[in-house]
Amino acid sequence: MSDTRPSRRSEELVLSARDVRRDYPVAGEPVHAVRGISLDIARGEYVALVGPSGCGKSTLLNLLGAIDRPTSGTITIAGRDISSLSDAEATRFRLTGIGFVFQRFYLMPTLTAAENVQLPMAEAKVPRAEREARTEELLGYVGLAGRSEHRPYQLSGGEQQRVAIARALANRPALLLADEPTGELDARTGAEMIEMFARLNADGATLVVVTHDEELAKAARRVVHLRDGVVVDDAGRAAP
Amino acid sequence: MMLRLAITGLLRRRTRTALTTAGVAVAAAMLLDMVMLGSGMRESFRGFLEQQDYQLRMSPRGTMPFDTEATVGGAAALVARVMADPDVEAVAPVLGGKLFVTRGDSVVAAFALGVDPALQADYVLVEGRDIAAPNETVWNGAMLEAAGRAVGDTVRAAAGYDPQLRRYTGARELVIVGRGRFVMLSGGELAAALPLATAQGMQADRADRISVALVRLRAGASADSVASRLELAEPRMSAISTEAALRFVDERLGYFRQLALILASVSLAVGFLLVTTLVTVSVNERIGEIAVLRAIGVAKWRVVAQVLVEGVALSLVGATLGLGLGLITARWLNGILAAFPGLPAAFDFFLFEPSAAFRSLGLLVLCGILAGLWPAWRAASLPIAKTLREEAVA
Repeated sequence: MSDTRPSRRSEELVLSARDVRRDYPVAGEPVHAVRGISLDIARGEYVALVGPSGCGKSTLLNLLGAIDRPTSGTITIAGRDISSLSDAEATRFRLTGIGFVFQRFYLMPTLTAAENVQLPMAEAKVPRAEREARTEELLGYVGLAGRSEHRPYQLSGGEQQRVAIARALANRPALLLADEPTGELDARTGAEMIEMFARLNADGATLVVVTHDEELAKAARRVVHLRDGVVVDDAGRAAP
Repeated sequence: MMLRLAITGLLRRRTRTALTTAGVAVAAAMLLDMVMLGSGMRESFRGFLEQQDYQLRMSPRGTMPFDTEATVGGAAALVARVMADPDVEAVAPVLGGKLFVTRGDSVVAAFALGVDPALQADYVLVEGRDIAAPNETVWNGAMLEAAGRAVGDTVRAAAGYDPQLRRYTGARELVIVGRGRFVMLSGGELAAALPLATAQGMQADRADRISVALVRLRAGASADSVASRLELAEPRMSAISTEAALRFVDERLGYFRQLALILASVSLAVGFLLVTTLVTVSVNERIGEIAVLRAIGVAKWRVVAQVLVEGVALSLVGATLGLGLGLITARWLNGILAAFPGLPAAFDFFLFEPSAAFRSLGLLVLCGILAGLWPAWRAASLPIAKTLREEAVA
């Protein structure tokens, strides 16, 4: 994995959010889900976004992942302002710049584990031989080398989540975002997943994880507490 | 990869996909049958007329050929005058009538055609030989069976019945020299062909009379121009060209074609709705997957294409199955309709024309594409974050 992530941590910013706001109209009334958050994340950081339900952490994660657009403010990832991208530009950016891991895994049920991992690479037009080699490498990394031809229903929840992680890493993204990645797993498998994230970070991945799981949050080097759409504590933040 | 996703998506719900495909196949079969029916009768009629290789038919004015028992006199002179036209190559005079033969205590009645054996186009010899001398006759199989006779037999036959004297008239000995298939007659109809002179001579009031004259034109001649000239030369007769006859048939078959058009449109609409329903249901079931595809960076147009492929695959498979089903049902329906009394046995109601068939099935596939458009666009345009949030809650 050393070819996909830096071997040492640097203070180079991967993500910079400035005064980001996101309002939703609900029954005609605006709901302020995110209210002026500013956040810097350096390359190689492992950040947990925590807070009570409805505090805006998943909304913030969606904004950071360019699958939602802020009402105001700017978000820069790997030097690119993503807050004003067109739909097609944002799609392309997500393909190569962001890796997503979802609570419910969301693998394509009719594809094998290997095909699921290859999907983003095929979309990015990575040559077949290269993507097959990369898939083998990634499935080996997440401990599923012998499971490449299994379909999701033939895998346990933990194994499905590992495939989802391999898929997220496929195009060597600058940032890996995970939304409650242990939410659907039992305690033992959840613990394995926490180890997996720690190993990813140790190998150089920049991680932002939304979680209610205290163990997962503890494993992060930096914990950002949100409440009512604002950051109320940012423990472990690197000194300016 | 996306193509594979589309096809495996369909195979995921095999029963539902199979049932929808069967529905599309039935719609395609009906569409094909209606297209075949729409042109089949006309083209079949054209085939009959062109098979005879006569471009004009002359019959007593105010009648259609063999519509009635109408005849005209002075036949020999009439034929000579028609032959005098420089564009006319041959004239085949025909006299329609009846032929009665006894079998035990019963009488068998047949449709009789007085013809010139060298020019006739009403039957094809299938056994024995053709008429070569007076008082020789060729019967069809139904007539031979009904009369209990065989080729080579000599029979006593009459050409009419006098109800006042209660006796058959114009009786004479005829030799059955051959068995023929009469192309314009319906299945089971009894028929006999005689030399024209014999048929005219068997009835005193039919001497030198004919019912119809078939006219063969020289190459390059305009049938409509010649028909006009011949009608001027023979005011008692109407001359109708093959094209004019087809126009007449077109008018008569207008309702058939309208019905076929309406049913074909209904078939298309049914196919469209079936595909739309299946694709919409399929998209609704996979809405989370589609949102994830978009989240991980799959382009909107690729999602649209994936959903469209499902519609196209359903339509293509359905149309292909429908082609086979349509041909089978057309054959079956043709058998039923061809048994309708008074229609030539070989008449085809359903005519398979590859270009028309493939055009109509292509239209069905186009409907499949259109049917997938809305659900495809809707799927690709989902707000990703909102959809994922709702899916997580669900």
